[in-house]
Amino acid sequence: MELFTNQVLAGIATGAIYACMALAVVMIYQAIDHLNFAQGEMAMFSTFISWQLMQWGIPYWGAFIIALALSFVGGIAIERILFKPLAKAPVLTNVAGFIALYAIINSSAGLIWDFTIKQYPTPFGSSPFLGSQLISTHQAGMIGVTVLLLLGLYFFFQYTKIGLAMRAAASVPESARLVGINTSWMIALGWGMASAIGAIAGMLIAPVVFLEPNMMGGVLIYGFAAAVLGGLTSPFGAVVGGFLVGVFENLAGTYIPGVGNELKLPIALALIISVLVVKPAGLFGRQIVKRV
Amino acid sequence: MSAAEDVVTEAPAVEAVPKRAMTLGTGTSLLVLAVLLIVPVFVKNFIIFQMTMLLIYGLAVLALNILTGGSGQFSLGQSAFYAVGAYTSAVLMEYFNVNYALTIPISAAVCFGFGYLFGKPALRLSGVYLALATFALATAMPQLLKLNFLEHWTGGVQGLVVTKPDAPFGLPMSQDTWLYYFSLAVVLAIYIFSVNLLRSRSGRAFMAIRDNEIAASSMGVNVALYKTLAFGVSAGITGVAGSLGAIAVQFVAPDSYTITLAISLFLGMVVGGVGWLPGSFVGAAFIIFVPNMAEGISKGLSGAVFGVLLFAVIYLVPHGARQIAIMGQQLVGRLRKN
Repeated sequence: MELFTNQVLAGIATGAIYACMALAVVMIYQAIDHLNFAQGEMAMFSTFISWQLMQWGIPYWGAFIIALALSFVGGIAIERILFKPLAKAPVLTNVAGFIALYAIINSSAGLIWDFTIKQYPTPFGSSPFLGSQLISTHQAGMIGVTVLLLLGLYFFFQYTKIGLAMRAAASVPESARLVGINTSWMIALGWGMASAIGAIAGMLIAPVVFLEPNMMGGVLIYGFAAAVLGGLTSPFGAVVGGFLVGVFENLAGTYIPGVGNELKLPIALALIISVLVVKPAGLFGRQIVKRV
Repeated sequence: MSAAEDVVTEAPAVEAVPKRAMTLGTGTSLLVLAVLLIVPVFVKNFIIFQMTMLLIYGLAVLALNILTGGSGQFSLGQSAFYAVGAYTSAVLMEYFNVNYALTIPISAAVCFGFGYLFGKPALRLSGVYLALATFALATAMPQLLKLNFLEHWTGGVQGLVVTKPDAPFGLPMSQDTWLYYFSLAVVLAIYIFSVNLLRSRSGRAFMAIRDNEIAASSMGVNVALYKTLAFGVSAGITGVAGSLGAIAVQFVAPDSYTITLAISLFLGMVVGGVGWLPGSFVGAAFIIFVPNMAEGISKGLSGAVFGVLLFAVIYLVPHGARQIAIMGQQLVGRLRKN
């Protein structure tokens, strides 16, 4: 039982990482209807920017805020410059664009900051949290930030005018345009927010996985899986999905014999797919009613 | 059509292709074939090898094209089928001394079965969910091949070495040249099969499902059957490509068949034009040569150069090589009128 509780706790701690990433994935999916394969690389780049700022002597929170602002602007810029012209292109062409963006960011980061592994500081400290050996204060802080972020987003989307406009633009663009919403800029805003959320995720993850250009590879896969499991239409579902995936993964690694680190990912994915076969829109996703 | 409906469950929309535009004109086809037949006489072995790889990747892209361009199902798991084909051939050749040419239909059958079975549970999924499921298959495959109890057959992490066949009947050509002609024959046969498949009743059923699943089912198309069939056929053809690839490279190892391969094949399909079969080979050329070219331009930034080139292609021709072909056709038509 002790082992079980510990593994669940550890799973929740890693799950917080996936939850952050999944949240960013869902944000952008809401805004543009595509899964952004370059999301992880964008987050990695933002994290490197904050690291660079800290190297120049700016304190942690200063660097945090500046990196967040830059990511927001950067996300909007990427949408305006690279993806707006592709809005009318076929979906699969857009996906190819994401892959191209992935390659560009990854390789430029490698050139600017090289591929050596770097330490990244944490604002929360890394001592054991409430006497538990499994969750450090950093991981507890990460969970806290994720929950705060989720609440913030919930209020933004439910109770602000612009949040409402973004939801309208995403779900029924034609009608949204008719009532005077600038849907094109709502998409850009969605990119900016997703990029900023990704930056937060990156900066929270970096102390755990260390900073290097390929740090987000694995995390993004779990983030996608979490987002899909929770339902791509629901930010809340994404966060729950993130924690579930983290716990799944840890329990599978512990209790299923013969599952090493290598097979953890396929097993987690297989489990998710079995869930999807039963609930095709994800756990919390809206069932879309099709009109014929 | 309300926009709300295509939020999640909709399969990725693929451009509807008029049936004729799926193939090249007869004249152009014969010209391309003649070039493919003659060129190996004049070039070095290494270039022949690259041309063989081009045919093989082209075949794999073509398989994806039948699945995505034909039936509208998206797959990131093609590398898994490719791996199964490659391993089937390698194991049969090395442990059972089966002739290399015979291993190809066997691996086609094995992969067809595998794809068909995989298509069954995948029936419930579409769009991004299907992408995730196939993605899971692609990430699992290298790990499965490394499993301990399979190691006796698969050689584990080390993989297997495959012997390259000699030209038969004492033909005076190098192994590479023979393999090139052999692959060309196989690819040609499958290409003709695919063109005819898409023109047949089954092909029309695929396209009906792609364009509107509900309408197709109300017209009496057995949606479940044809969707799994598309998966099976696509996997079978990918398996053949895998077999040829294993023979050409003379080596199979789990880490040659990662998700990167599946992503390359996907890019090849987009660059060649989704749903346009001849484009598959243009796309294959892109995924084989452009990364090398990018490396040549800048070693440190090769990824970025590749990304920029890819962006350039999708900006200039969002519908891939097919768009160029259509533009060329129109140009020729206009010249004829004058």
